Amino acid sequence: MKTYQADEKGYYGEFGGAYIPEMLYPNTEELRQNYIRIMQDPSFKKEFDQLLKDYVGRPTPLYFADRLSRKYNTKIYLKREDLCHTGAHKVNNTIGQILMAKKLGKNRIIAETGAGQHGVATATVCALMGIECIVYMGEIDIARQAPNVARMKMLGAEVRPALSGSRTLKDATNEAIRDWINNPVDTHYIIGSVVGPHPYPDMVARFQSVISEEIKWQLKEKEGRENPDYVVACVGGGSNAAGAFYHYLDIPEVGIIAVEAAGKGIDSGESAATSALGKVGIIHGSKTLLMQTHDGQITEPYSISAGLDYPGVGPMHANLFASGRGEFISITDDDAMKAGLLLSKMEGIIPAIESSHALAILEHRKFKPEDVVVINLSGRGDKDLNNYIEYFNL
Amino acid sequence: MGNRINKKLNEDGKLLSIYFTAGYPKLGDTVEIIQQLEKNGVDIIEIGLPFSDPLADGPTIQQSSTAALKNGMTTEILFDQLKDIRKSVSIPLIIMGYFNPMLQYGVDAFCKKCQEIGVDGLIIPDLPVDVYHEEYQETFEKYGLINVFLITPQTSEKRIRFIDSVSNGFIYMVSSASVTGAQSGFGDEQQAYFQRIADMKLKNPQIVGFGISNSETFEQATKSAKGAIIGSAFIKHLNGHGVDGIDKFIETIR
Ligand SMILES: Cc1ncc(COP(=O)(O)O)c(C=O)c1O
Repeated sequence: MKTYQADEKGYYGEFGGAYIPEMLYPNTEELRQNYIRIMQDPSFKKEFDQLLKDYVGRPTPLYFADRLSRKYNTKIYLKREDLCHTGAHKVNNTIGQILMAKKLGKNRIIAETGAGQHGVATATVCALMGIECIVYMGEIDIARQAPNVARMKMLGAEVRPALSGSRTLKDATNEAIRDWINNPVDTHYIIGSVVGPHPYPDMVARFQSVISEEIKWQLKEKEGRENPDYVVACVGGGSNAAGAFYHYLDIPEVGIIAVEAAGKGIDSGESAATSALGKVGIIHGSKTLLMQTHDGQITEPYSISAGLDYPGVGPMHANLFASGRGEFISITDDDAMKAGLLLSKMEGIIPAIESSHALAILEHRKFKPEDVVVINLSGRGDKDLNNYIEYFNL
Repeated sequence: MGNRINKKLNEDGKLLSIYFTAGYPKLGDTVEIIQQLEKNGVDIIEIGLPFSDPLADGPTIQQSSTAALKNGMTTEILFDQLKDIRKSVSIPLIIMGYFNPMLQYGVDAFCKKCQEIGVDGLIIPDLPVDVYHEEYQETFEKYGLINVFLITPQTSEKRIRFIDSVSNGFIYMVSSASVTGAQSGFGDEQQAYFQRIADMKLKNPQIVGFGISNSETFEQATKSAKGAIIGSAFIKHLNGHGVDGIDKFIETIR
């Protein structure tokens, strides 16, 4: 059977693999040899499930959005990842990886962050476990995401500025990788999305797969069937999307819709729509689609949403795009902001701007009245209030 | 095939290899730097093709790469600068760069161009030996290029043996678990690692890199290895002096 999951070497079709310097080989190899065994270990599973339940607040509701459904004349369900502790799906992965790090005997955690969501989720689980935590963050992002920097500090993490290159997320990721090269024995790198060298994309997707695992039984309860007609998610690196798609990847009846950030428009030069603008190449150890110059230098993306502001996508998504399995749509800043405001007014839910991109699909694509459309609401809008205030002059 | 690298490795004595980032400090410095290095007795030159995201490099080489790209360096410009290099330079030349720019140029086209110019080998830190062996070895060999792999203190014996079997030039022995950048010196642990590798009696000679900055570290590194590579320390020199005084810098090493 054709599968859209990773193969043993971490390839999704032609995408993925581990294009890493030899200095990183022992680190990723240790993880590669152990991650599946550890994840399948009953004691690991028990602890993971328990924490997801008691600490994160899972299962998150699958909410039938009645007013929104009537407006768009289709059946819309929202998967409420915004109700997770720390305000987004990111924590599903950091809980999994901190337990993984413990099993591997690591006592120092590093992470990268752009907007600070993954940094906060990592700092949170490190506080929970009493493990040292260092978060790399671009100097420019530190300046524009002050509240999340403060959160990480309150949680006991050290925030280290990435001063190289363009001083944003991709450079923070470079710095975290360099730290890992310099500290190969005691340190675990908690990467924040389904990106990076094998086994990260597959491991993070597995931790996030709890999202679609829950959708299945929740939809069965509500609609009498496990499979929606469509599942929709925004894609930065692609972890919330990977989690929402995971158990549907190989079920062709379920339409998969990935929403990328068009920024100020695909042709504006200020965009993060990787599938539209990217070419195959290597970024952060993975062969995937990425935005780059003719010459192979990685370029700086733009989106109003910091979480979608990454010049690549995870290899799973590159393959969904290249194979045609996924439908890829890009949404501008303006359309996302409108969709965010609309959800707030119609359903009383203020979404993260990342998630607003996924919601904007409803204005951009027709669904049939009998279609069941699940939209992954990856995070809440608290962190984005300043952006909303400025944008709408609230 | 008589590659210049193999011939050089067969000479007596310890080899000094110098790395610099092409396009730094000024876009047009490449040829001048190469000529000066040869004139001053350097044995092998590594020409760095700058990349926006050099994962394995410390601050010094990162900054030189960023500056080189700002100066306008591209793969095509570098090849153009090097097109007549063999009229004036005869020591081995190696291009060191990350894989993505090569992939975008086309691996076959890139290798072909290297052969035309007279480049002898490549060092591509993020092209792992397994992928090279399965997908690219034939292409490199078709154009007579030597690909150089890195090993570190953490590399397992089994993997070192595999790397040795795939290599046909030298092995780049990374001095410690770290990114590039000068260190203050090598301790017992590193000396023991150098000795351990020497005792493996590999078919390829080893050249030590990362953390070599002066005559003392050069000597320590070459006690059991065939040679050593200086990168960041030379970039720092270029940063302060431009292309002047390369002779004085080399004199301080040996
Ligand atoms: C709420 C929210 N959604 C989505 C993303 C994008 O990440 P990913 O594509 O990995 O889900 C982020 C990243 O910070 C986020 O905070």
